[in-house]
Amino acid sequence: MIKIENLHKSYQTGANSLHVLKGLNLNIKEGELVSIMGSSGSGKSTFLNILGILDEADEGKYLLDGVPIKNLSEKKAANYRNKFLGFIFQSFNLIGYKSAIDNVALPLYYQGMKRAERLDRAMQYLEKVGLADWATHLPNQLSGGQKQRIAIARALASDPKVLLADEPTGALDTKTSYEIMNLIQEINDEGKTILVVTHEEDIAEMTKRIVHLRDGVIIKDTPVQQKRALDYV
Amino acid sequence: MFDLERWEEIFETIRKNKLRTFLTGLSVLSGIFILVVLLGIGQGIQNGIETQFQNDAENRISIWPGRTSVEYKGLNKDRRIQFKNRDYDHIVRKHEDHLQYKSSLYRIWSSMVSYKEESGNFRVEAVYPNFQFLENQDMVEGRYLNHNDLENYRKVAVIGNKVKNDLFGKTPAVGKSVEISGINFKVVGVFSDPGGEREESLVAVPITTGQRVFNGGDNIRNMSFTLPPSDNFDKALEASNNFTADIEKQLKETHFVAPEDNSAISINNSLKEAKRIYFMVSSIKIFFWFVGIATLLAGVVGVGNVMLIIVKERTKEIGIRKALGAKPLSIVGMILHEAIFITAIAGFLGLFLGMVLLDSIGPMVKSEFLEHPTVNFQVAVATVIILVFAGAIAGFFPAWKAARIKPIEALNDE
Ligand SMILES: Nc1ncnc2c1ncn2[C@@H]1O[C@H](COP(=O)(O)OP(=O)(O)OP(=O)(O)O)[C@@H](O)[C@H]1O
Ligand SMILES: [Mg+2]
Repeated sequence: MIKIENLHKSYQTGANSLHVLKGLNLNIKEGELVSIMGSSGSGKSTFLNILGILDEADEGKYLLDGVPIKNLSEKKAANYRNKFLGFIFQSFNLIGYKSAIDNVALPLYYQGMKRAERLDRAMQYLEKVGLADWATHLPNQLSGGQKQRIAIARALASDPKVLLADEPTGALDTKTSYEIMNLIQEINDEGKTILVVTHEEDIAEMTKRIVHLRDGVIIKDTPVQQKRALDYV
Repeated sequence: MFDLERWEEIFETIRKNKLRTFLTGLSVLSGIFILVVLLGIGQGIQNGIETQFQNDAENRISIWPGRTSVEYKGLNKDRRIQFKNRDYDHIVRKHEDHLQYKSSLYRIWSSMVSYKEESGNFRVEAVYPNFQFLENQDMVEGRYLNHNDLENYRKVAVIGNKVKNDLFGKTPAVGKSVEISGINFKVVGVFSDPGGEREESLVAVPITTGQRVFNGGDNIRNMSFTLPPSDNFDKALEASNNFTADIEKQLKETHFVAPEDNSAISINNSLKEAKRIYFMVSSIKIFFWFVGIATLLAGVVGVGNVMLIIVKERTKEIGIRKALGAKPLSIVGMILHEAIFITAIAGFLGLFLGMVLLDSIGPMVKSEFLEHPTVNFQVAVATVIILVFAGAIAGFFPAWKAARIKPIEALNDE
């Protein structure tokens, strides 16, 4: 599903250049649930943003479901983000003035879907994350865990090929974190390919494969025996 | 524009961001409101000045006598000049073919005019029928003085609106008799004058009758003429200058006035005035247009600024939308659509309020230099459209810039 070859990324800050990703190689098959670990500043977010076409690599190859992601026009990039990718952020990034259901329906708006159908679909995903009763609430009326569920529902709404989550539990307490991980596991069980960036060992152990980053290179890439989050809630 | 989904999205944004909408709208609304009122006042000043100088025919030439200021041909200075019928007749005969309207005037001093119990002191002037056009008087009732009145020394009078109202109130005046200094005159007409009350507190009688019954002899107080209008202002001015030069020379000769004496005979050529007034009016017009355009520019800069702030404020939201698959054009479209919608509504609301203000108090305003301020509807609508359009252009650049930045940068914006 994802094929990365010799990926490089540097940040230019003034006269200095910071080489963050120094030649990554990675293959992820459909249906995998992979966690990316590493110390702070090791380039995890940078990597995930490139995978999510929110940022661009300087060098290297990136194939997403066989499609080369390189020098895309803004329009194409928008199209791929919409159709292929669902992003889940640590800080949720919900639109504050939109209700839960309108937030979830937003990717569908950009697909050109009609409003009635959009809301119908959004409702299905809200049910899936267990927040159907909260559909008309604004984000600031929701708890962190609820917000992240809304964000997950939104990421799922356009039925993307890959779900990318950057520390999805980073802002949540342990119990809520496990509930979110349980949801992510369920989504993965249905066959969705998911990448999760995390600091936390216990969260990583709930995925099926852990990729370790250090100083911009992958130092370890190991399959793990998945722990079910449900056992801990 | 006709994308229903986009409209729904815009309305939702507007509904949920009432304060932002209100502030944007308010700045546009007040800008247009001020502009409309300003243009209205500009028009009002112009109206005021124009009526000021439209009391009389605009090409009127008036001649009246004064006192000599130099000795001449053995005659003392400080000698009072008295015009006679023959002075007038002479000018009329000599320039007959070139005159449009003409009248001499004999004034009956401090005359009491009364009808039944009502009476008042009004100006009474004995004139020729052409006097109506020299004074720009319009008939409200009846007729003006005519040739027959003069021929037959008829005791008839036309009275101004003010005289009519003071003496007759609401009852009709034509056909009634008024007493002027003890002599009965029949009212044959009532006139109005763009000069207002001052010019309408006048009673006009035939010059022949006036001179005879009030012991005027062949004295006249002054005379007025107009030359036929011409399309070419400069030619008209030249013709009237030649005319005044000629009659000045003529009158000075007959009355033994030194050629260099400027106080014995005064000539007022309105056409000369007119040139000054046209210049003044056009200066005022230019000034108000300048102010208007400056206001409009300030409005555009204001809208541009608001757009800049809105885009800045929404950068993160733009990042989120882009991460969810919004294309740059849809971002620009969203921001501009909303801005155009708000500026248009607010602009037309400002226009409407400004027009309502001008329409409600405008007709009541009638002072010397400000009269009936109005605004040209088309001009006002055009300014709103310009503002909306220019605002959209001013807003396009920040919107476009925001739509082009990498989503990750937009998302990291706090
Ligand atoms: N926009 C940027 N401009 C310059 N430097 C950046 C930028 N974004 C990230 N960096 C730098 O790149 C390095 C990698 O950052 P990144 O956010 O990928 O780390 P991370 O592994 O996600 O860390 P964390 O666990 O703290 O989230 C850091 O040293 C960071 O300072
Ligand atoms: Mg990070």
